[in-house]
Amino acid sequence: MASVALSEAEKVYIVHGVQEDLRVDGRGCEDYRYVEVETDVVSNTSGSARVKLGHTDILVGVKAEMGTPKLEKPNEGYLEFFVDWCLALGYVEEGLGLSPALVLVTRSVLGLTVPVGERRASPGSPAHDGSKSQMKCSANATPEFEGRGGDDLGTEIANTLYRIFNNKSSVDLQSLCISPREHCWILYVDVLLLECGGNLFDTICIAVKAALFNTRIPRVRVLEDEEGSKDIELSDDPYDCIRLSVENVPCIVTLCKIGYRHVVDATLQEEACSLASLLVSVTSTGVVTCMRKVGKGSLDPESIFEMMETGKRVGKVLHASLQSVLHKEESLGPKRQKVGFLG
Amino acid sequence: MAGLELLSDQGYRVDGRRAGELRKIQARMGVFAQADGSAYIEQGNTKALAVVYGPHEIRGSRARALPDRALVNCQYSSATFSTGERKRRPHGDRKSCEMGLQLRQTFEAAILTQLHPRSQIDIYVQVLQADGGTYAACVNAATLAVLDAGIPMRDFVCACSAGFVDNTALADLSHVEEAAGGPQLALALLPASGQIALLEMDARLHEDHLEQVLEAAARAARDVHTLLDRVVRQHVREASILLGD
Repeated sequence: MASVALSEAEKVYIVHGVQEDLRVDGRGCEDYRYVEVETDVVSNTSGSARVKLGHTDILVGVKAEMGTPKLEKPNEGYLEFFVDWCLALGYVEEGLGLSPALVLVTRSVLGLTVPVGERRASPGSPAHDGSKSQMKCSANATPEFEGRGGDDLGTEIANTLYRIFNNKSSVDLQSLCISPREHCWILYVDVLLLECGGNLFDTICIAVKAALFNTRIPRVRVLEDEEGSKDIELSDDPYDCIRLSVENVPCIVTLCKIGYRHVVDATLQEEACSLASLLVSVTSTGVVTCMRKVGKGSLDPESIFEMMETGKRVGKVLHASLQSVLHKEESLGPKRQKVGFLG
Repeated sequence: MAGLELLSDQGYRVDGRRAGELRKIQARMGVFAQADGSAYIEQGNTKALAVVYGPHEIRGSRARALPDRALVNCQYSSATFSTGERKRRPHGDRKSCEMGLQLRQTFEAAILTQLHPRSQIDIYVQVLQADGGTYAACVNAATLAVLDAGIPMRDFVCACSAGFVDNTALADLSHVEEAAGGPQLALALLPASGQIALLEMDARLHEDHLEQVLEAAARAARDVHTLLDRVVRQHVREASILLGD
């Protein structure tokens, strides 16, 4: 991940703010930044989504390919995850100059901007001015992404995704089976990290869920003739396809322990102040499907339970707003003006 | 390729374009806040992102530093879902390495590298969707990103591909036209001086036709320049409005 260097004083400033439930950008401890979601951005995938959360920018493409089921699960298809980080190679520098302001202005026109959690009116200056003076980024902060360095992070993220999807309830894998032991759909979920501005895991999960929601798999039929040989017939109608139910797909809520409190959706600067965080993957009903502690620090059991409770509460709200946005976007139909990276 | 008519008798191509016509180009500068410069371009269905970092100190081995000019480091990668069939590796394969090298050549010719001795400029390009002319889209996106980063350049670098079918030169080939296997020419042009930063041709083509194809590609590259120039001016205008100048 891209790194930030903070001085002691800057850290104290952030930690004290969190204690008062007021963060550098004016949010409370359980508030998300604005999330922008757009689906169907890459036309040669089965489903795709781009999610922007603060400066974190993720593109997920899902491609359905035919393959053979795994031996231990002969009547199920499966998902493959892959994470690529090519563009996010550089070091972080707080956005100075033109581009951030431009993005803000053009984006607000979109109508796709979704407030997840209410943003509080910040008593001070807005996010950018507030943090600009605070952050000093070391110019020679080595990008941990360069060379093989990013491989570790990519593998870690992919493994986490495997883990949270590794239960029967999250996706109906049996619907991906075409003929048991012979053919099934493999969904290649490819995650592209375009920019990292903190809270990678949550953003990736939102993007994966949105992309799976958008995924359309062509309907196929298995025809069997008298000799027992099977033929797979693809439907002629390109609109004749199956959709996945993403109702139970979990989302990760990362809780960062800062001082005595924990925050959701930490920025890079806040992540630098936190020693340990907890990843909780929650479904829309608030069921925890996976949990992981990350970071070099330690957590005491009591705070873990507190964090889990927060994770469940926040996760439910996150799911509800994500669902409503996805449905709203879909209801616009093919007439929807695609924005992609041009907006 | 039998059965597919790349150029109809009326002079129209598969996607309805005339021989010298470009696909629709849309672009935007300043896509990312963290990078020094970034840009996004769509040429028809080919979509590419470019990010520029630098000029900054040399990363890794200092031995790579050049005493008299900046090192231009280019990396090309193509998203695993960008092509019709899923790619196994987004970068590190032979095509990506070659593409990185070509981009480096192109931009070493255009960037005023002697202004930043012993430093490094990183250009990362990512293709999100590939539908022919990826090299051209990458160069055009990278030009915008370098401009966005404020790195001094001799001129814009505008690239375009061209092909040759039925004694006619076709500009800006789409994937279908590329896959048909005719001769292909990739050209990167510095439009103000008319200098060529990169020229590459695959497959055989009679010498007599070369000038025609080259001319078609150069004309298309000049058209691209007009469009990119418009994007840059628009970007600067918006930016200056926001700054209140």
